[in-house]
Amino acid sequence: MAKTNPEVDEITNTQKTINEFSINIATVNGSGSQTANLALIRSIFKMGIPVSGKNIFPSNIQGLPTWYKIRVSKAGYLARSQKTEIAVAMNPKTFTDDLDDLAPGGVFLYADHIKEPIPREDLLLCPMPVKALVKQAKPPRELRVYVANMVYVGVLAYLLDIQLKTLESALDFHFKGKQGAVDFNLSVIRDAFQWAENNLDIVSPFKVQPLNLTDGCNLANGNTAGGLGTIYGGMHFLSWYPITPATSLPEAILEYAPGLRKDPETGKSTFAIIQAEDELASIGMVVGAGWAGLRAMTATSGPGLSLMGEYASLAYYAEIPIVVWNVQRVGPSTGLPTRTAQGDVNLTYYLGQGDTEHVVLIPGSVKECFEFGWKALDLAELLQTPVFVLSDLDLGQNQWMTPPFEYPDTPIERGKILWEEDLEKIKDDWGRYLDLDGDNIPYRTVPGNQHPKSAYFARGTGHDDYANYSEKPEDWEEHLDRIKRKVDSSRTMLPEPEITTRSGSKNGIIAFGSTDAAVREACDYLAAEGVKLDYLRVRALPVSLKVLEFIREYEQVYVIENNRDGQMHSILSLELPGSASDLVSLSHIDGLPLSAEWIKDAVLEEEKS
Amino acid sequence: MAEKTAKKNELGLTKKDYKGQKSTLCLGCGHNAIVGQVISACFELNIPPERVIKVSGIGCSSKAPTYFMKRSFGFNGLHGRMPSLVTGALFADTSLIGIGVSGDGDTASIGMGQFKHVTRRNLPFLYIVANNGVYGLTKGQFSATAEKGLALKKQGQNRYVPVDIVWEAIAGRASFVARTFSGDPQQLKALIKAGLHHRGIAVIDVISPCVTFNNQDDSYHSYAWGKSHEVALHELSFVPPVKAIKVKYEKGETLEVPLFDGTHIILKKLAHNYEPTDRARALQMLEDANRKNELVTGLIYINPKQKSLFDLYDLPDMPLNRLPIEKLRPSPESLEEINQQMF
Repeated sequence: MAKTNPEVDEITNTQKTINEFSINIATVNGSGSQTANLALIRSIFKMGIPVSGKNIFPSNIQGLPTWYKIRVSKAGYLARSQKTEIAVAMNPKTFTDDLDDLAPGGVFLYADHIKEPIPREDLLLCPMPVKALVKQAKPPRELRVYVANMVYVGVLAYLLDIQLKTLESALDFHFKGKQGAVDFNLSVIRDAFQWAENNLDIVSPFKVQPLNLTDGCNLANGNTAGGLGTIYGGMHFLSWYPITPATSLPEAILEYAPGLRKDPETGKSTFAIIQAEDELASIGMVVGAGWAGLRAMTATSGPGLSLMGEYASLAYYAEIPIVVWNVQRVGPSTGLPTRTAQGDVNLTYYLGQGDTEHVVLIPGSVKECFEFGWKALDLAELLQTPVFVLSDLDLGQNQWMTPPFEYPDTPIERGKILWEEDLEKIKDDWGRYLDLDGDNIPYRTVPGNQHPKSAYFARGTGHDDYANYSEKPEDWEEHLDRIKRKVDSSRTMLPEPEITTRSGSKNGIIAFGSTDAAVREACDYLAAEGVKLDYLRVRALPVSLKVLEFIREYEQVYVIENNRDGQMHSILSLELPGSASDLVSLSHIDGLPLSAEWIKDAVLEEEKS
Repeated sequence: MAEKTAKKNELGLTKKDYKGQKSTLCLGCGHNAIVGQVISACFELNIPPERVIKVSGIGCSSKAPTYFMKRSFGFNGLHGRMPSLVTGALFADTSLIGIGVSGDGDTASIGMGQFKHVTRRNLPFLYIVANNGVYGLTKGQFSATAEKGLALKKQGQNRYVPVDIVWEAIAGRASFVARTFSGDPQQLKALIKAGLHHRGIAVIDVISPCVTFNNQDDSYHSYAWGKSHEVALHELSFVPPVKAIKVKYEKGETLEVPLFDGTHIILKKLAHNYEPTDRARALQMLEDANRKNELVTGLIYINPKQKSLFDLYDLPDMPLNRLPIEKLRPSPESLEEINQQMF
């Protein structure tokens, strides 16, 4: 291979290629490559090296191209990298593209039965005898296609020095101890490893070497974390309807709640789950449950959220606590249902008819998905309003390195609920919408309360302080204004923004949600080029006053987001019209998680102009 | 004072305790009869108003819950989406009695999906459809139950065949399905009582004339048509458990249907020698009646043994909404274990 290319020299510089590279694995979806890919990233993780895995997949069950991008980074950069140093080509249909995308000096593994031309000379080539190795393993016919993927696992293990024993523990975890499956897959991996050792004459410059940088961490996705957080938040009632990429959140609750939420005294379940007929019904059930005193939640994505608009709007006005997770994907309609975006910021914040502005929590890590899972339920009941949790496909479905989940540090908050004995103490008439405490949050009763004064009639129609039907102009205006003040006052109760400063920063950068990793990485690159930025991550809407202070502090603040129109930018501009001209929207949407490279380039361009 | 002399039920409550706000429906509206019979039935059954939750969708029908039982919790939800609302609400306390009032637009058009699914789930509650074949609140458009050929003032003639709510309920596997007529208050009340004691969904399709927009003598949802075409399947009475059946009916004439709580429905056969326990027969009977242009009323189908939604869940005796918070959050050790189990 050509050694004259300076880029190749750079890439083969050992310092830079140990524990610092990306692998792009191209397969056909439905071929079971997920098992192979998870085994790889788990093994690398177990070796103590920071790693992330991103599934770039089609909306399809079998037969379309799918990619899995593994990023290995001793520096801890776990966002999607635009650069690929190692490619595994198992899919003839994408072979040429996969080849083209590879960085000079990269390693190209491919199934040797794919007979496509390879016009590049700046790569290390590794044809793999996939069919022969599968045949040698004699798998049952129906497993043939699946075990083929274990071939590249074995070859990569050889090329990159991935330990076989960590692969074994990864498979053991994956198959939940099913020894037969573990043994069989492992035997294919060993055969492939053996073949590579005996036959390959290339030496990969990219290697993994054990570190201890993942100690005390787990590999998990945000949806599982959100589901678990919900369970620890005392969720009573979940109603949901399947939709990518939210589905795995309710499914995590389905998996874990039966074991975790049995009353030890009676052995009965302290929760109920119902799969609804659609999102209109799932939110309807949740609103009914929330009204009746259950900590109720649902999870959906953009299209489902649109259908939920009317009930969410009613819940906002009738002041009913509910929690709605929106795991965003690319819209509208189906859009790119299996690709990620932050395109529902406005839809979620303003969901409803008339005037609505909701409380929205925005987790930026798997750990925060757990935390906001329980916190959302508390906030909904404390504020008696819908609380939305805005996640996305990248955070929800992909594998992230995360510290262990932290047990809630505050007790369950049920807010102002009056039971029989409370009503007994109230001499005058009790009013559902009376602001007794002057904090804009009234008291509520819930069905089942047997006190003769307990009942009230909930409705979307105008009502007075006593929940009586009213079309009086002043009643409508006063109530809508109080609700506005209530949601406004939540700014101090919601998760504060996370601020990271660098000395000498002249400008700031604001982001939210899953782009956190890419923004941090970009800030490092920018600092290296002399552009120092202080970074603020918004964690909730309506925004904290700290966000507004931050914006005022800098000459220019870049707002990074994974959508077309800069939706967060527009919300911040409305919050602080006087500083709107200092806010620079840098938004981008193509279905992929934002990369540090894109953010760096976008900021540099602005800095130059 | 009138209140002191008013008749009290076993709870010491008077009928007034079961009333709601004054009705703002049109004078003579069939829905007022429904409101009146719900009040009477609950009063006579000695149901504590606080044990009832009343829910509705949108439309004239859905205003009804405001006019009965002001001491019950109520929720006027969204068009066609009362079934989901009440499903979630009843999970909070499954001992509560749900009364839903919907209309033909609310149930058979926008709410068809939720209607079919709530019947399929057999959620225990009383689902009353105030069916007048017309949209009242929006001033006289055809509803999905309007008969083909019906002529309305601004709409011309209806082109489409109607949806039969009873048929849909039976096909949806509802466990209690009845049809009655606002002009037949005794049957209406007996069915409401039986429905309130049925463990499962009790759908009552009440032909309830709209005096303002659809009460022409030849309209299928008018008083006149109902009165002249009603064929009651049976004389129906509801028997509480305390009153042992004293009246002896002649064999073959009556059918006794025991409900889960020891109460009984007694059906004295009148027409068609009909027994409402067979789904296929029920549909056949409806088809025959339709052909003969009859408004058959009564209990069309019942299966008191069908599992209700809550029979499928393993819920504690204590209502979920009263569980102390200690029971809602798993232990720190359990989270520790989960953290250990993750990769």
